[in-house]
Amino acid sequence: MASYLVRRTFLMVLTLFGMSVLIFVMLRLVPGNISDILFDAAGFVDPKEKARLERDLGLDLPILTQYWHWISGLVQGDLGFAYVTEKPAIEEIAPRIPVTVKLAVLALIFSVVFGVPLGVISAVRQNTAIDYALRILSLSGLSLPSFWLGLLILMLFVRYFGFIPIYTDPPATLWKELALLSVPAAAVGFRSSALIMRLTRSSMLEVLRQDYIRTARSKGATPGSVNYDHALRNAVLPVVTIIGIEAAFLIGGLIVTETVFNVPGVARFLVEAVIWRDYPIVQNLVMFIAVVVVVVNFIVDMTYMILDPRIKYAD
Amino acid sequence: MHNRRMALVAASLVGIVTLTTPAVAQQSGGTLRIYHRDMPPSASIHEEATISTNMPFMAVFNNLVMFDPKEKINSIDKITPELATSWSWNADNTKLTMKLREGVTWHDGKPFTAKDVVCTWTKLTQEESEKGDAFRKNPRRVWWQNLQSVTANGDHEVTFNLGRPQPSFMAMLAAGYSPVYPCHVSTRDLRTKPIGTGPFKFVEMKRNESIRLVKNPDYWRKGHPYLDAIDWRIIPNRSTRILAFIAGDFDLTFDSDVTFPLLNDIKAQAPKAVCEARPTNVNNNLIVNQEAPPFDNPKIRQAMLLALDRKAFSDILSHGHAVLGASMLPAPEGVWSMPKEMLNELPGFGDHTKNLAEARKIMEGLGYGPDKTLKVKVSTRNIPIYRDPGVILIDQLKKIYIEGELEPIDTPVWHAKVARKDYTVGMNLTGVGVDDPDVNFYENFTCKSERNYTGYCNPDVEKLIEAQSREIDKEKRKKVVWEIDRKLAEDAARPVISHNVENTCWQPRLKGLILQHNSIYNGWRFDDVWLEK
Repeated sequence: MASYLVRRTFLMVLTLFGMSVLIFVMLRLVPGNISDILFDAAGFVDPKEKARLERDLGLDLPILTQYWHWISGLVQGDLGFAYVTEKPAIEEIAPRIPVTVKLAVLALIFSVVFGVPLGVISAVRQNTAIDYALRILSLSGLSLPSFWLGLLILMLFVRYFGFIPIYTDPPATLWKELALLSVPAAAVGFRSSALIMRLTRSSMLEVLRQDYIRTARSKGATPGSVNYDHALRNAVLPVVTIIGIEAAFLIGGLIVTETVFNVPGVARFLVEAVIWRDYPIVQNLVMFIAVVVVVVNFIVDMTYMILDPRIKYAD
Repeated sequence: MHNRRMALVAASLVGIVTLTTPAVAQQSGGTLRIYHRDMPPSASIHEEATISTNMPFMAVFNNLVMFDPKEKINSIDKITPELATSWSWNADNTKLTMKLREGVTWHDGKPFTAKDVVCTWTKLTQEESEKGDAFRKNPRRVWWQNLQSVTANGDHEVTFNLGRPQPSFMAMLAAGYSPVYPCHVSTRDLRTKPIGTGPFKFVEMKRNESIRLVKNPDYWRKGHPYLDAIDWRIIPNRSTRILAFIAGDFDLTFDSDVTFPLLNDIKAQAPKAVCEARPTNVNNNLIVNQEAPPFDNPKIRQAMLLALDRKAFSDILSHGHAVLGASMLPAPEGVWSMPKEMLNELPGFGDHTKNLAEARKIMEGLGYGPDKTLKVKVSTRNIPIYRDPGVILIDQLKKIYIEGELEPIDTPVWHAKVARKDYTVGMNLTGVGVDDPDVNFYENFTCKSERNYTGYCNPDVEKLIEAQSREIDKEKRKKVVWEIDRKLAEDAARPVISHNVENTCWQPRLKGLILQHNSIYNGWRFDDVWLEK
């Protein structure tokens, strides 16, 4: 186990290093840099002034030197300066992470709380009216584009309640913030819950046909015990994998939801930073997302052991 | 055109109702809430050329003079004092001396003096090699090319020394783009936390979230501003921000953000909202690289000009509300537009069927026809307001045997690409900061201008541009301007397809806002605006 953990940690570091190179190179392969964009915003380009700006921002340095500056700064906790606002990048990034994490956690709770039980019900009541209804619901969750669903929700709120649940002013308390974030969380969680529901259902259907389920039933175990203690525990492994993937996606992939609900989170900020070619922001944010994905995958792997003691990672 | 007339009649009725309604005393207090469409590139008005910066930050600064904010039409004849209390020209109109307001302080408490004026215009005119704490960008350097120096005569008087007479100089000083900057604050700070003498102090700008300004209690205009604060919330998604306005979250929309289809939604769901349609002084125009064969042949450019069906553009893009004109904004909002009868004589105006037949004849004369088409990429910026007219243009060019293929260019590289003339045919949008021929002609049509994307260079037109620029008599100047506009049209220099008209809306409790009808960049001081309780 110990050597597995060491190997895994080494692989994580290697993956993050590869990611850093990839992010750095790809960002510089995209046509245009911050000076092009700043001049574009001003509606003109003066080659002399552009060259001066590139000099000021260090964009004229060799690419390896630029990479070294970034990585050595990152190791020391210096994320550099945001090009657009001319503030330390950490000041720009740090306040946005908690907003996205709260939204992602709420969305994940929504998707698991609805997705897993409804998936079980759908499997247990296979080919009944409730199963058909839940399957239609899950299909609609997967097929409704989240921007459309988000706008629909906003329109309904404005029409019937006379207010709009978007993030315009920072909420005064945590509860108010959670209440405000619950609407976009529901919008994005609806899609995730549909995915989890379908996966739980198919996984459960497979397990419910196993011999040991029949044995449990013949021994007189209650339906609840059969479904949740025996079947769900064995069916949940692929569901955990999907929850892990969704959790990682939710940290960086909420672009549309954050835009529609005007949530000042990481995903929307990242897109804006990419448009502005604000390299320090993009590099550090993508690295943050990469770390989240790698760590979540690691946690998922560890969870397998708890859920299924037969799984052992070799020493 | 019918819709436009209806809109003007409606606006007049609103005006009559306003005038006949008993005046209500202005009330102090309250926070004005406005949504912003995007993140301003910086807070430094002098360094940007976008209303995204101009609209929120104009309230932080003052100009020396400004267009009378009570008038809807900006004109040289209607300029009022701000930090300059009076001004006079010397006999040959080359020295403009201004007396400055005394007792004015910057938001950090330091006194405003003539040194600040000298400093601001020195930075705007100095060359790259002389720069110390320079502006990162200087998009309107061309405005001040006739300014030789600025001298301080003590602490409260300055003289602008011009190379030759230039009546538009006052108009450019009066533009929202010409605030006075403090000498003691770095250009970097002015980009991120500006300090001015204006009615509102800057508090914070959160990237992609908000901008907050609060009342300047020491504002030199006693009793103003009425508002306690202005809160800008940045909402990039248009549907969301329009819904938020309908829900009453905001008192004012971002300027010209409401298109005519969206106006119908607002009228249906927030019938009490006040909406005003006005030209943005932004025009759609056809750009053709005059150095790229076969478009170096003026006949092809002439045929393209004749093939344009301007009415179709207006009908499709803005429900017929866009206005047709030459390169200067058309009347009644435009001060310098040529008379309608003269406009109809220009190539490409008048009977479209006849024009199209003539365009085809030219192309056939050059050997093109249904069996031999001219294939070309039509470049445009990859955002809907550029792409949509680009698609219509391709459709119209087909009728003269030109087969266009849309080449959408990413926003970050669009200007750089057209400025280095790395395109053949393009669809472009041009905004004009001040409704004055100097601003439009020098920026877009002189041989050496950075924004002369087509490479058009006509020495005769250049001479006329200089001539109108130095002409003091407004009526005589107008005639030269019309002559230039006619020549530009005949040369197919950069055919203007239409001038855009859009809507701005506000809640009825917002009072004292007067939109400027020939420039979206002026009139955002907010010191006369108040909220009814």
